Amino acid sequence: MTTKDTNPEVEPEDGPGPTGESGAEVQAADVALDTAGGTLEPSLVPVSTQSGDTGHQQATLLRRIVMGNGFVSVLAVFVALVLGGVLIASTDPAVAKSAGYFFARPSDFLSALWGAMTKSYIALFQGSVFNPRQGFSPLLETMTVATPLICAGLGVALAFRAGLFNIGAQGQIIISATLGAYAGFAWHLPLVLHLLVVIVMGVIGGAAWGAVVGLLKARTGAHEVIVTIMLNYVALFLLDFLLNTEAFRRPGDNSPISPRLDDSAVYPQLIPGSRLHLGFLVAVALTAGVWWLLNRSTIGFEFRAVGANPAAARTAGVNVQAATVLVMAIAGALAGFGGIAQVAGTEKVLTGGVAAQIGFDSITVALLGRSTPWGTLFAGLLFGAFRAGAVQMQIQTGTPIDIVLVVQSLIVLFIAAPPLIRSIFGLNPGRKKRAKTAVKAAVATGGAK
Amino acid sequence: MKQSLRATLKRGSFAGIATAGAAALMLSGCGAAPDAGSGGKSASNYTGCIVSDSGGFDDQSFNQSSYDGMKKAEKDLGINFKSAESKSNSDFETNLNGMMSAGCNLTVTVGFLLGDATKKAAADNTDKHFAIIDYSYKDPIANIKPVVYDTAQAAYLAGYVAAATTKTGKVGTFGGIKLPTVTIFMDGFYDGVQAYNKAKSKNVQVIGWDKASQNGSFTGDFEKQDTGKQVTKNLLDQGADIIMPVAGPVGKGAGAALKEAKAAGKDVKLIWVDSDGYLTAPEYKDLMLTSVIKKMDEAVETVVKDDKDGKFTNAAYVGTLANDGVAIAPFHDLDSAVSAETKSAVDALKADIVSGKLVIESKASPKK
Repeated sequence: MTTKDTNPEVEPEDGPGPTGESGAEVQAADVALDTAGGTLEPSLVPVSTQSGDTGHQQATLLRRIVMGNGFVSVLAVFVALVLGGVLIASTDPAVAKSAGYFFARPSDFLSALWGAMTKSYIALFQGSVFNPRQGFSPLLETMTVATPLICAGLGVALAFRAGLFNIGAQGQIIISATLGAYAGFAWHLPLVLHLLVVIVMGVIGGAAWGAVVGLLKARTGAHEVIVTIMLNYVALFLLDFLLNTEAFRRPGDNSPISPRLDDSAVYPQLIPGSRLHLGFLVAVALTAGVWWLLNRSTIGFEFRAVGANPAAARTAGVNVQAATVLVMAIAGALAGFGGIAQVAGTEKVLTGGVAAQIGFDSITVALLGRSTPWGTLFAGLLFGAFRAGAVQMQIQTGTPIDIVLVVQSLIVLFIAAPPLIRSIFGLNPGRKKRAKTAVKAAVATGGAK
Repeated sequence: MKQSLRATLKRGSFAGIATAGAAALMLSGCGAAPDAGSGGKSASNYTGCIVSDSGGFDDQSFNQSSYDGMKKAEKDLGINFKSAESKSNSDFETNLNGMMSAGCNLTVTVGFLLGDATKKAAADNTDKHFAIIDYSYKDPIANIKPVVYDTAQAAYLAGYVAAATTKTGKVGTFGGIKLPTVTIFMDGFYDGVQAYNKAKSKNVQVIGWDKASQNGSFTGDFEKQDTGKQVTKNLLDQGADIIMPVAGPVGKGAGAALKEAKAAGKDVKLIWVDSDGYLTAPEYKDLMLTSVIKKMDEAVETVVKDDKDGKFTNAAYVGTLANDGVAIAPFHDLDSAVSAETKSAVDALKADIVSGKLVIESKASPKK
């Protein structure tokens, strides 16, 4: 095995980067890059999503903004909001009633339609960002709800960059929440130490749950999607079982709910009167950490090399097996922070529903954030805002909370299909653009800075 | 040429859709406009609110029944009504805070999972009233009324009927998740069967639940009907001919399995829970021996009415056979399958339970 340093093929300087190639040639190069010249199956995660770099080095600034993935994400959110508005309006009784006599007095219908859409979104905004009565305290709630999503989303994003579909955040959250909560209510330790022990227990749990996946993948070739899904079930039913044992139940209560965590075991509140806790700052720090890991460290470089092309990475001297285990362990640890944010941050008890849908939402968050650390942070905040605002929306306007979930799902659908968004807004780039994307992908996977 | 053809086709199909849409709109939009200025009904200044657990108001179980009770109260008492569905446990606190700022006089919370959140909201808002369904606190709280059910009493009668009716000498039951509100059905059912065995010196067996060890069959959730079907098939294979699923909508899976067994010539029967299955799951009414009913909607409406009339107390409402909060449903179509002797025995047992002569005990029974 040669070491990475002696092999020029993956050095960033040597990535194929001619700008004069024709579109077809570059496309072919792109495919070849993904499949190692046809000797491999195309990687599960397309090259284009593995790189967070928008990288239109030669485009004008405006063009970069308009064509960039980030802008497409914004447009996807916008289109989803409009469609969601139509759905909200269609479930609104006033709209349905006025539609019945549309031709007799159309103004009724139109004002009801407008009223239903704006009322709901205003409530959504008031519940998630700013409310005249409470000031910016809804924003704090958004940040609280976003915390576990960001942590778990980072884990999913990191695995994506290494070419692994980590569907197991749910199980990793559950295991870390279980271990962390147990340390929190069963042991009684001094103030700062207790929280640290809770965090360490949870993170070790999540990391172990993730490492098992990496190990199975590396040693036996078991597909990580199957393994993670199955481990989610193992974690879920293990928790259900544990909650039915005396050790995890409140004394004298038969309900499957744990005692409350000690006050010394939970994240301190950041701002009195809100639920925002220290876990949010931890999540921001983790985001920075993952950014550093991916973009500045040797390990992160190896992760991305493995993600782009495991065979080439192996040839270049990367220990692919070790990298797979390590990336899954780190992803599990990040999801573990999400589990800790749940039990030591917002809920303070352990129940069967402690992970809610966070593990699955985090996949969406990572995709929406284009698998970049900071993108994941903002996508997590957006989802947090939806969740926090949805509560106000249903209380104030009676809009079913499910509609919010529909809007979220629509966003993902549009994010997953950038060409659809581009064609809706007439942003379809021509041949020139395609060529550039391919070159960019080639440069990026060859080892962007 | 090709391109323009495609464009024409595209345009054509779009025009077609647009025409169809417009036609539909025209047909549906031809009603007469109502008189302008017709005001809404006079709004009451009393607001009743309800917060679900993560099951949602369409869970065909306690969230739904409690919601129905609030809806009924809205209609009958003319109160304002607000509801909030929780999608996860983290939503409880926010939903309750939202209800507090929405000015709810009485907030009903559904299920033990909301226990802590309700307690906190009640401590922060001592001027508001709360009621919590299917949960009670060890130490009563001044402004929370627990609404609980001694379901074992009604399940006991159903167990007796099942034991008296079985042809194979085996009856089966299974639950959704091992919660006290589920196992209390199974405990009562088990004891009812034992009561029959003792009275008639028979040996009818219960498959799927053992009261002593508190272990039995569970499907793992309240959603997957298919799992319910599979578990029911297993119980049938072990010789049971009467099944009581305690798993909300998963019970429909049991119904489907029994229907297949009946079509194959087996004499099988179903015992429904929560509501009278003959009315709420009519597709299985020819299988329905009886149902163990928990009248949650009525209890919720009563609590709202009392609070509106200024008669709120924090004393627990315990649904029993005596106050008709729990009951067994009529035998409907299978009336002839139950002997007159059994019917009178059930009536006698019921009278004994009501008078307190017979006490049905379960680990999950509400604490008095």
